[in-house]
Amino acid sequence: MSEQRSKALKAAFPHTIPVLAGFLFLGFAYGVLMKSKGYAAGWSILMSLFAFAGSAQYAAIIALTTVFHPLNAFALSLIVNARHIFYSISMLETYKDMGKIKPYLVFGLCDETFSIVSSAKPPQGVEAKPFYFFITFLNHCYWVIGTALGGLFGAVISLDFKGLDFVLTALFVTIFVGQWKVQSNRAPAAIGVLCAVACLLLFGENRFIIPAMLLMIGIITLFQKFPPLTKETVKGGEK
Amino acid sequence: MTLTAVQTLIVIGLVALSTILTRFLPFVLFSGKRKAGKYIRYLGRMLPYASIGLLVVYCLRNVRFDQPANIVPELVAVLSIVILHYRKENALLSMGVGTAIYMILVNFVF
Repeated sequence: MSEQRSKALKAAFPHTIPVLAGFLFLGFAYGVLMKSKGYAAGWSILMSLFAFAGSAQYAAIIALTTVFHPLNAFALSLIVNARHIFYSISMLETYKDMGKIKPYLVFGLCDETFSIVSSAKPPQGVEAKPFYFFITFLNHCYWVIGTALGGLFGAVISLDFKGLDFVLTALFVTIFVGQWKVQSNRAPAAIGVLCAVACLLLFGENRFIIPAMLLMIGIITLFQKFPPLTKETVKGGEK
Repeated sequence: MTLTAVQTLIVIGLVALSTILTRFLPFVLFSGKRKAGKYIRYLGRMLPYASIGLLVVYCLRNVRFDQPANIVPELVAVLSIVILHYRKENALLSMGVGTAIYMILVNFVF
């Protein structure tokens, strides 16, 4: 490995440690669950390799255990995956000049990878391309390896670490707090939380994401039209 | 295994396709010659922070106020992460301590 690449790997790895713990655990659980439904390790590995979307994969277990309805399965995973559109819009600038690896970086933009690449910058002297590549690639590996271990050895080893999946929630909360410290990030961060909570209360835990996304886009757009949204601008309409 | 091998492959293919569609759509729409306009670039600046907020709520969507076991572990763990990260700003420490607190609470207290 070239010096640049190993430097990038060393810089990228620490950012992925919480994902390592979370993905090995959740991937393992996914492999075990698939196995219990009669799907051997090969199937779950294939799914984790090419779908690489935790919640959509868990949701697809329903489709794999009832009568074959491909369109239902597709619609459900589109709904579950819809939030990824936001991640890609957020990464348009950063991933603009990524060249040959760009398709892979975009493919690998799951919740956890997004949370890291949107907040972490490559340190001085480390190239952006290999830095973002290794974050994406390591997370992808953890997910596939976790799935494989669960599918292959789930019957032999029992991983009884109840609550370890909370490490991913911890990752998002930590990034949220880190971003909150910068004054100018607070408005969009607060809009995100408030819209999500409002829609969660209104629509329930299974169908709040898409209404929340629409509400966020609406409010953020209003903010652009009326920049500081102070009392004066609200009362007087446009300046 | 409820489905046949071919049916299973189709389902896997469709889930993969949904991942690819949702992640590639903005890049396909707004790159190359059709540059992202001012509005999309503005969204690109605002959405990262809003999305992380959404993700936090998404992870905590199952908390319930009906009994302490359904909310106290999450509440205590999240608050400790917030306080610790605000003071020390050491990401791995905040996450490690928060997760440990959560695991202790769900395994030994509730």
